[in-house]
Amino acid sequence: MELINLSAIWALIIGFGVMMYILMDGFDLGVGILYPFAPDEHARDVMMNSVAPIWDGNETWLVLGGAGLLAAFPLVYTILLPALYLGVFLMLAGLIFRGIAFEFRFKSVRNRHWWNRAFCWGSMVATFCQGVVVGAYIEGFEVANNVYVGGPFDWLTPFTVITGLALMAGYALLGATWTILKSEGQVQEWAYRITPRLLGLVLAGFAVISIWTPFVDDFVRERWFGHLTLFWVFPALALLCAAMVWRSVARRREGQPFVATLGLFFFTYLGLVASKWPYLIPPDITLWDAASAPESQLFLLLGVLFVIPVVLGYTAWSYWVFRGKVRGGGYH
Amino acid sequence: MELDPVLLSRIQFAFVVSFHAIFPVFTIGLASYVAVLHGLFYKTGNPAWDRLAAFWVKVFAVVFGMGVVSGIVMAFQFGTNWSNFSQATSNFLGPMLSYEVVTAFFLEAGFLGVLLFGRGKVAEGVHLFAAIMVAVGTFISAFWILSTNSWMQTPAGVEMIDGHFSVTSWGEAMFNASFPYRFAHMALASFLTGGFVVAGVSAWYLLIGRDVEANRKALSMCMWLLLVLAPVQAVVGDAHGLNTLEHQPTKVAAMEANWETQSGVPLLLFAWPDKEAQENHFEIGIPRLASLILTHDLDGEVPGLKEVPVEEQPPVWFVFWSFRAMVGMGMLMIAVAFTGLWLRRGGRLYKSRPFLQTLRLMSVAPFIAVLGGWFVTEAGRAPWLVYGMMTQAEGVTPSLSGWMVLATLIGYVLVYAVVFLTGGYYLTRVVRQGMLAEEPHDDEVETAKRPLSAAHATLEADAGRQFGS
Repeated sequence: MELINLSAIWALIIGFGVMMYILMDGFDLGVGILYPFAPDEHARDVMMNSVAPIWDGNETWLVLGGAGLLAAFPLVYTILLPALYLGVFLMLAGLIFRGIAFEFRFKSVRNRHWWNRAFCWGSMVATFCQGVVVGAYIEGFEVANNVYVGGPFDWLTPFTVITGLALMAGYALLGATWTILKSEGQVQEWAYRITPRLLGLVLAGFAVISIWTPFVDDFVRERWFGHLTLFWVFPALALLCAAMVWRSVARRREGQPFVATLGLFFFTYLGLVASKWPYLIPPDITLWDAASAPESQLFLLLGVLFVIPVVLGYTAWSYWVFRGKVRGGGYH
Repeated sequence: MELDPVLLSRIQFAFVVSFHAIFPVFTIGLASYVAVLHGLFYKTGNPAWDRLAAFWVKVFAVVFGMGVVSGIVMAFQFGTNWSNFSQATSNFLGPMLSYEVVTAFFLEAGFLGVLLFGRGKVAEGVHLFAAIMVAVGTFISAFWILSTNSWMQTPAGVEMIDGHFSVTSWGEAMFNASFPYRFAHMALASFLTGGFVVAGVSAWYLLIGRDVEANRKALSMCMWLLLVLAPVQAVVGDAHGLNTLEHQPTKVAAMEANWETQSGVPLLLFAWPDKEAQENHFEIGIPRLASLILTHDLDGEVPGLKEVPVEEQPPVWFVFWSFRAMVGMGMLMIAVAFTGLWLRRGGRLYKSRPFLQTLRLMSVAPFIAVLGGWFVTEAGRAPWLVYGMMTQAEGVTPSLSGWMVLATLIGYVLVYAVVFLTGGYYLTRVVRQGMLAEEPHDDEVETAKRPLSAAHATLEADAGRQFGS
């Protein structure tokens, strides 16, 4: 009884952490993906400045999620990381290059173009890998005796390449609508122009994945086309959000496109969770199978329940401090 | 030659963790130093302390930032390369490592920002409080990591059920037999690292005559500190060694390259341990000294490597030489600290160019000593991952092939080379531009409240000039 409750609480915490990560690091990774398409260097300054104060706070959720998994659902940690071994390396390398580009681009004068590249390539590689993880998760993992027994490239399939590209489009959409919110003038106009195109790409990816998923996974097919039709509310709401993005861009609203894109991601995420619940490592391992000892879950829970409000408060505060439009210039 | 995933994973972990460890070991010492500087300024109102604090907090910011970047990889290494180990130990390891993350985030969210960017914006007392909290926080972070590592050396408070470690007593597991020694040894090492780096940089500033007043104060303070800490570290290290002798005798045997259990063991100054032949070549040693050090008796019996089968012996030459590197650096540190005391007569401490140059070079000594020490304790535990309970071969990720580990190892080396070269180069720029009456200040859009933003130097050598002052 106790075990069930603790595991459920932890599933909620980690689910929340992952969602926060996707939404928040999503838009700053997206800004990096859009970097080569930016009209000029001034636009790049604005874009990077708009995320510079908050990006590392956004990545907090990734580390918190990773550490939380090891403590609360160690099987997820010890099966997924070996299964995604090379992909995880690429993602980390991408995130590191991108992280140091944030720090050094503004401190560099002659070699700024190299930091631009590090920022963009790092963001693209990290995002693609994350999308691949989602795809690999839908496809499931080959596990025997609680140990990953598949091959080194099982995570790289045509399906996961599609999910990787789709997530790149998705993050780019988040990045574009974020830029609309934080910029003005020419930069904002450029962001308005590319948003509908990105939305089209996202919806195309959405359609391909939705049609494909029931074919790669019987469980998902059963869930969606079985008797429980309540789940259809999630994709319906996601599509509604997409329509709102479209309409609000047409009306040149500033905040709505971003909020609607967040909604699009949120409901897609819930749809994915609904597809797999209660399996943490598809196809066989549930969150209760993957749980660590209740004392371990409880021990860490105390600390995490204390620190999450602090991190949330700090996050809210930094967004408040850096609210409003970002201007690019100022340095030489 | 077939690529062995266990060996390569060990090399990869050693590389990643060594690279990472350089930064926290420095920041832990530096955080305390910055807190002391703030305290001195708060108490005396002497602006020299304030100038020092303002400069060293910038260095702290850059090093902290590099530590965070290199640390992200650590959070994944346990799962990618040591999944069986992580799975078996997760009940203990998971919460411990997660608490380190929790501590770090709490620290960063709560106090780091105030320390780095609060100058002139918050009351001096609040600023001092933030500095103290950051210093305390770095120790709490170290507590979780060192407690976990010590548990792997001297496991306690757990029982093995179906290949899983189950915690029977959190207290016994966290405060296991080697923990107090390792923590004290490491805390002192951090202070020595901070002390020698500050002394080295101050010495350089004195050599070029920059802010002589403040840097004399800094150097004098460091040399008093080192005079106490360097010898104390030797005593604590000795106690740590005795604790290891009690719980991990094979490791001590490897440190001394002592093959036979015997009495009156010599202290080897030089030897080439040969594990295949189970003996040393080219031995040069001081008779009976190892027995004296380890048992405090000239005829004391010291256990030998042959007590355990060859496959349970660690890589002897590596442990033996790493230990000598650490001790050698320690001796050097003690010698320099006492030379400093002697030079105080007549104020030669601040004027003797050879001594100031020596101090500059000595900045790297504590890093070599720290890495040497970790090589000893980690390699000396081999082939065990959890001493006596789980071997490295049992702990490694079963689905790994050698080439995967090799490929990512090369990848990490490349990634870290870029991080390290850029960061290291940037750090030298910060030091070169530091402690000037009016520091060059660029008009960088100052929105980012992140560690590195606290430093203002530009990345390229000639770019700084165009900003003027």
